[in-house]
Amino acid sequence: MSAVAKELSDYLANQDAKSLLRFLTCGSVDDGKSTLIGRLLYQAQALYEDQLSGLAEESRKVGTRGEDLDYALLLDGLSAEREQGITIDVAYRFFSTERRKFIVADTPGHEQYTRNMVTGASTADLAVILIDARKGLLTQTRRHSYIVSLLGIRNVVLAVNKMDLVDYAEETFQSIEADYRAFAEPLGLTHIHAIPLSAVNGDNVAEHSANTPWYTGEPLLPYLETVSPDRGAVNEAAFRFPVQWVNRPSLDFRGFAGTVVAGAVAPGDRIRVQPSGQESTVQRIVSYDGDLDRVVTGQAVTLTLADEIDISRGDVISAATAPSEVADQFEATLVWMGEKPMLPGRSYRLKLGASEAMATIKPLKHRIDVNTLQKSPARRLEMNDIGVVNLELDRRIAFEPYQANRDMGGFILIDRITNGTVGAGMLHFALRRSQNIHWQAMDIDKSAHATLKDQRPCALWFTGLSGSGKSTIANALQRRLHQRGHHTYLLDGDNVRHGLNKDLGFTDADRVENIRRVAEVSKLMVDAGLITLVSFISPFRSEREMAKSLFADGEFLEVYVDTPLAVAEERDVKGLYAKARRGELKNFTGIDSPYEAPEHPNMRIDTVELSADDAAEQLLADLEARGMLTVGD
Amino acid sequence: MQRSPKVSTIPRSANHNNSLGPIMLSHLDRLEAESIHIFREVVASVDKPVLLYSVGKDSTVMLHLARKAFYPAPPPFPMMHIDSTWEFRDMYAMRARMAEESGMELIVHSNPDALAENVNPFTHGSDVHSHMWGTQGLKQALAKYQFDAAFGGGRRDEEKARAKERVLSFRNEQQRWDPKAQRPELWHLYNIAKRKDESFRAFPLSNWTEQDIWQYIFREQIPIVPLYLAAERPVVERSGTLIVVDDDRMPLEDGETPVMKSVRFRTLGCYPLTGATPSNATTLEAVIHETLLANTSERQGRVIDRDGGASMEQKKQEGYF
Ligand SMILES: Nc1nc2c(ncn2[C@@H]2O[C@H](COP(=O)(O)OP(=O)(O)O)[C@@H](O)[C@H]2O)c(=O)[nH]1
Repeated sequence: MSAVAKELSDYLANQDAKSLLRFLTCGSVDDGKSTLIGRLLYQAQALYEDQLSGLAEESRKVGTRGEDLDYALLLDGLSAEREQGITIDVAYRFFSTERRKFIVADTPGHEQYTRNMVTGASTADLAVILIDARKGLLTQTRRHSYIVSLLGIRNVVLAVNKMDLVDYAEETFQSIEADYRAFAEPLGLTHIHAIPLSAVNGDNVAEHSANTPWYTGEPLLPYLETVSPDRGAVNEAAFRFPVQWVNRPSLDFRGFAGTVVAGAVAPGDRIRVQPSGQESTVQRIVSYDGDLDRVVTGQAVTLTLADEIDISRGDVISAATAPSEVADQFEATLVWMGEKPMLPGRSYRLKLGASEAMATIKPLKHRIDVNTLQKSPARRLEMNDIGVVNLELDRRIAFEPYQANRDMGGFILIDRITNGTVGAGMLHFALRRSQNIHWQAMDIDKSAHATLKDQRPCALWFTGLSGSGKSTIANALQRRLHQRGHHTYLLDGDNVRHGLNKDLGFTDADRVENIRRVAEVSKLMVDAGLITLVSFISPFRSEREMAKSLFADGEFLEVYVDTPLAVAEERDVKGLYAKARRGELKNFTGIDSPYEAPEHPNMRIDTVELSADDAAEQLLADLEARGMLTVGD
Repeated sequence: MQRSPKVSTIPRSANHNNSLGPIMLSHLDRLEAESIHIFREVVASVDKPVLLYSVGKDSTVMLHLARKAFYPAPPPFPMMHIDSTWEFRDMYAMRARMAEESGMELIVHSNPDALAENVNPFTHGSDVHSHMWGTQGLKQALAKYQFDAAFGGGRRDEEKARAKERVLSFRNEQQRWDPKAQRPELWHLYNIAKRKDESFRAFPLSNWTEQDIWQYIFREQIPIVPLYLAAERPVVERSGTLIVVDDDRMPLEDGETPVMKSVRFRTLGCYPLTGATPSNATTLEAVIHETLLANTSERQGRVIDRDGGASMEQKKQEGYF
């Protein structure tokens, strides 16, 4: 083998054994974060000649360091975009040394700091927290450390920067380190490594600096190359494998594809599938490179089982001896990321691992001030707020507390209408209630009730502006149904607010809860076999979607009583519009509270064209056409 | 359908020998697993995905990862080549071979408008050329076949502005990238919810660097198009860039005569727009050796980035990859 070939094959063997460290950098503006990252890239020789010559040129033109290189300019791909109003949450940089590959998450935004930091921290193993040696611990330092700990990071490098501006004074460094430890250790940041640095001069970045002879700890780069971050012992934990995809290329192969998120498994191991609880044995571990004898945390493979059991995406294959927990009610910390506030009672799509469910927040227990860590009661969460909530899911899922496993306890919430990611959360534990209250199956069920009444129960959900004619039309329809011998009930918004919902007002949060309760009541009525008419303004699409999701297909019919605002206001039967216009009534739908019209209602009534009786006739015909008024089938 | 275990002498990382005891996955193992996870998430969440295959090294690695993700089944989506008709001949040969080996359906789309107007880099300039064949061609093809997710080989290390790219990039009904509608990506959770006619571009190689790509090609012994290896090729030099005259459609300027030079390519695209590097690296090992010692970053070879005016951001908003 030639010398070059030998050198190369050694090199490649070494490359292949390299590990990966993902870290996050946090600092306040001007602490020197960009300079430090740029310096690391430079020091690790992650820069190419053309980038370097570009840097020298830019440094002369726009740099802040006179004739010297301004490393911060290496990262400035983002300022222009910021000006264009493009949201930047996290920028990722890459470099590698002889021993490791690094992915750096850098969060440049300042306005959306919490949301961005949470995103960056979610995949990081370690955080580098910058402090300006002249300023010491700031409010921001506390905020950054809290968020880092919340996301389950236990390793922190405290980078005390700009030591050149405090004459490399040992006492300054030591008092900052002591202050920081006192504050951060109780947060669960158990591994803190403090380094006195100067990012511009390179002191203690790659090598020990002669300017700090009193510092005997490791410089930044060697430390990052060798630290083994505390990932909460997921490797040693019991086996967990969320099923992402059922692979069925032919009748004789049925594999479950996913990534091991805890522990290890080998053929012959007993497993339990959660939430169903069925057990089997691992038969093969299939991979493109041939069957494997064992897989560990982090590997993406396909498993086959000895028994034919029903498994679908979202199920979790666990060690049979120590299966994951299963629940549908949780306490969790929630970080709000949506532009519209989080409303307790509204339902959102939850995604955790490969499983999805509808989640309702109730209640919001308290909000946490990220700067002071004080808890305070709150009715809602605004963007960048953090709170502790109880979550109620519409189905049971397999999970682990977030602090035990990020992949089994971290979730996002998705808005059902905009499809945006509006929240991110970390499960603490299951609430006891859900484990102990089981759904009681009844012998006399919905279809038994319906058969006796000879009708198909359904919920007719009338939505529309105040004064659009919902109640009048619903009333006229109910009269006709009654005459024909049907069993019905009409739930009216105003009436329900006199009793069941008399504790609720008209804020967005209360409107959401109002609809939730009515939806649940109408579900009970449909269960009892009744044709249920619901007449509520129900201004938000999300809540109507939520109501709909409680029912079986075809059982929930949305009736849009379409009356333009001008017409409803003109009629103003109850004199409410006039009051609202005078400012005597707050949060009035159509005036200072929005009405979100249905996009695809099942039935639409044009009240400008039709009288209430004509409308009722039209609805009756429609119900008949849908086969709702006879059982028979 | 069953493959026999691959016998190889290539150094593999620790997890592939089945020793017990603590096992640290190597960086390539972690990157591989992450990409496979992304493939599976997207396929489980959309109706009609497609893999954009350009024949280059990144899409070759992407294809390899897709095959791993769904093995023993072939990837449950077609591969699609947006063909400018100005590609290197070697690339057409490679394309045919990969389609055959992977068992995937190959879709080739060339913008009919560009065909009709005979759009080429010489009379139209590189901007118009890549807009018509690339950006427009891609948009047409995605609309024509109604794909709702397209896997692309983009990497965040390619240039400064890509550093903040999402793994899943959301596109509205007009296939436009709306900077304000991009979703935060936490943990390994991707929000792939969308309405009818909306779509995604997915980048499973987001966290790979050029070095990782080469090391992985070597580790996995993935076949790549020979253009990446040095060979004697007919070359002319234009404003400092070495252009290989791959066929006789290229008009030579006065006094220009192609000369044979040993060159290779670091990135591939339309041959009249792709600069070659002088090199004697005729094997994969030698290329890696050169790449590791390289001191010019990858995009230098792409004439398109130097064509002033449109920024990457703007191209992306228009639908360029
Ligand atoms: N004297 C000194 N100045 C520094 C040091 N690190 C950064 N700076 C300067 O502090 C200013 C802000 O740095 P920058 O990296 O842009 O901060 P960022 O906002 O945290 O990214 C610039 O003028 C830097 O040159 C340091 O260690 N010593």
